[in-house]
Amino acid sequence: MEEINLLMQGFSVALQPENIILMVAGIVLGVLIGVLPGLGGANGIAILLPLTFALPPVSAIILLSCIYWGALFGGAITSILFNIPGEPWSVATTFDGYPMAQQGRAGEALVAAFTSSFVGALIAVVMITFLAPLVAQFALQFGPPEFFAVMFLSFACFIGLSKGSPFKALAAMMFGFLLAGVGLDGVTGQLRMTFGSMELMRGIDFLVVVIGLFGLSEIFQSIEEGLRFKGQSAKITMRTMLKTWSELPRHWWLFIRSSVIGCWMGVTPAGATPASFMSYGMARRMAADKDSFGKGRVEGVIAPETAAHAAGTAALLPMLSLGVPGSPTAAVLLGGLIMWGLQPGPMLFVEQKDFVWGLIASMYIGNIVGLIIVLAAVPWFAMILRVPFSIIAAIILMVCAIGAYTVNSAEFDVVLMLIFGVIGYVMKKLDYPLAPLVLALVLGDRTEESFRQALLISEGSMAVFFSNWLVGSIMVAGLTLMFYPAISRLMQGFRPKAA
Amino acid sequence: MLLSRRYLPLIGAGLATAGSASIKQASAQRGWEPQRPVQFIVPAGTGGGADQMARIIQGIITKHSLMRQPMMVVNKAGGAGAEGFLEARSARANPHLLIISLSNLFTTPMSTGIPFSWRDLTPVKMMALDEFVLWVNAASPWQNLAQFVEAAKAGRIRLGGTGSRQEDQIITVAMQRAMGTEFIYVPFRGGGEVATQLVGNHIQATVNNPIEAVTHWRAGTLRPLCVFDSRRLPGEGRVTETMGWQDIPTCKEAGLDVEYLMLRGIFAAPGITAPQTAFYIDLLNRVTQTPEWRELMATGAFNTTTMTGAPFVEWLTREEARHRSLMQEAGFMAASGG
Repeated sequence: MEEINLLMQGFSVALQPENIILMVAGIVLGVLIGVLPGLGGANGIAILLPLTFALPPVSAIILLSCIYWGALFGGAITSILFNIPGEPWSVATTFDGYPMAQQGRAGEALVAAFTSSFVGALIAVVMITFLAPLVAQFALQFGPPEFFAVMFLSFACFIGLSKGSPFKALAAMMFGFLLAGVGLDGVTGQLRMTFGSMELMRGIDFLVVVIGLFGLSEIFQSIEEGLRFKGQSAKITMRTMLKTWSELPRHWWLFIRSSVIGCWMGVTPAGATPASFMSYGMARRMAADKDSFGKGRVEGVIAPETAAHAAGTAALLPMLSLGVPGSPTAAVLLGGLIMWGLQPGPMLFVEQKDFVWGLIASMYIGNIVGLIIVLAAVPWFAMILRVPFSIIAAIILMVCAIGAYTVNSAEFDVVLMLIFGVIGYVMKKLDYPLAPLVLALVLGDRTEESFRQALLISEGSMAVFFSNWLVGSIMVAGLTLMFYPAISRLMQGFRPKAA
Repeated sequence: MLLSRRYLPLIGAGLATAGSASIKQASAQRGWEPQRPVQFIVPAGTGGGADQMARIIQGIITKHSLMRQPMMVVNKAGGAGAEGFLEARSARANPHLLIISLSNLFTTPMSTGIPFSWRDLTPVKMMALDEFVLWVNAASPWQNLAQFVEAAKAGRIRLGGTGSRQEDQIITVAMQRAMGTEFIYVPFRGGGEVATQLVGNHIQATVNNPIEAVTHWRAGTLRPLCVFDSRRLPGEGRVTETMGWQDIPTCKEAGLDVEYLMLRGIFAAPGITAPQTAFYIDLLNRVTQTPEWRELMATGAFNTTTMTGAPFVEWLTREEARHRSLMQEAGFMAASGG
């Protein structure tokens, strides 16, 4: 097979000693970037981009893409340990990862998260290796109506998931949509809901809200409960790791499903964040005992992490083969390609074989190196939990503030983070779920945009959402998932036990 | 430490490398040079054309040691770039701040009503002008502009572009006026996305920059119809098997009298001194002489017109007036003024 030959050539490029050193440096840097909330992979890579000017393109992209893998791995660490997602795609990891840490299973959660990330990435790279031209063709099928259908499906997966009142979930979701609407409206080029404030012009950044809602409110709650750190000092030994690993193969179907969702979302390109949410939603939907999710199920960590990493990896394919970034980080890498004198797009695979296959080979090696590095570091991460809460809380607060600031280099965002910390605390006390709010905030923007683009194209006709087999079947799947809980509840209502 | 670093090039001139020798030479010529790191604001998101250019400039300056202080690129994209422009405006007399501009320098204050104009900044140098080309899908029946115009008159064509009430939509409006037809304009987030949507046949035409669509042209999926400039694109040789940049007719010679070029210019904070402006003009001149810059200009088929001083100010005045008349005509002005 031609691919195998090319891949072997790629390995010979990627395995050169200086490239291996760059790989390790990139992963370590990436993990640090991923751990710090706010300083996302996109920012980190953008800062380092000009420094790579002096390197050959293959080495440069290996360094930068390894930062990207590192950030994907690292995002899970703070989500699990402190309920603070380091990256947008690790929000869904907090839902079960943090409860696991509270039960003293931080080590298990971290090992599961890292391993799932690795598996997701591996499956995505295999797909890129063998199916690249086919997948690129599939990605071309996605116009605005299809894009909206995908977003709709993500929301549908999540509806009916929260345990409490459906109206509270709805209220939280609407609040999220409202926040997503602040700032510049991409379709009309007009400012909305800024009330003349220059600070609101840039919109309300998802990460700033999440750092406040999740991280700060958690600290407030811990303070209220008497400065007690719930994360019992977890002993992490080789045994924990092996034990976790021995249990993972049982979830093979979950891995495959999550990877497929991830690859699909990465290629379309919707990105890692919706992939992680959709995968988590699906995992819960499919589970026998849905209510145990959110209380520390290992599946709740595997699903989003596998999907996020698969999507993050698959997002590089449309970037290389079509010149469309599948994620913000890929957008910055795209700029890098042009800077190094390469032209991303269909001709890259034909004309720059060394570059493309060197990169693909480095994805294999980079992820293996990444897994080893993060697993080796798990005991250190878990050690943080043994620091007294009164000390660590202050440090977390400071890191949160720095993180909120770095997103847009704006002081106002730090204030916004504090406000959302209070909002998050109040919402928790009143039993409003946070997940629908976050989901609406992160996806609301793109959903609205693609909905309106689709209607512009169809000149106002809603039939565009059912105009071909692809968009039609995604919409039907979404509608089914959306109304399934209502229908099943209605069915139960006819039974006598519903008293 | 500070002392030794400052005088190192002077003391060790004989031993110094080529890089620090050129710095020494430069600092002898210039009256002023940055004492702190220079902040380089990009009034757009990461990954876009302006961001790329800013980071390439930063990379060139670092690689060729053109400046002793480092340069930091910061994205301030809020409110269609207004955030970045307002920050530059409020940094009065701060010589350690530069901002790169695109057409939103003119369009953002007009479409959003946020009060600022290029007159609030110190114009430094026009680095290049970005070209626009009318693209259609290669599978479409339109081989030339005349056929396209005919089709546009027969039914509404869906034309995709980057952003709303910005350069792409302004060109669309100008085309509508010249052709006497109406397009359905669909805004997307970036040029790469627009090009892919055209390849996937979700839209029927775009006015992408050459660099955003060239790879699809070479792959045989897109077809250029004309370029919105008064002269044909520069660049010798073939880009595809049969055509080169210079084979694309100008829109005017093809019968559509529309011209549009986008500014890629550098501005500094208001109220900086003449020696400070001179330093940056000299610095950017050096950037444009490097092979990396020339390569970027060639691959992106940029219009390499550069300007400084009075001609640049004159150009800005003329373009602002032109944008205002186009925006007014299209009804894109914000209600509150601008």
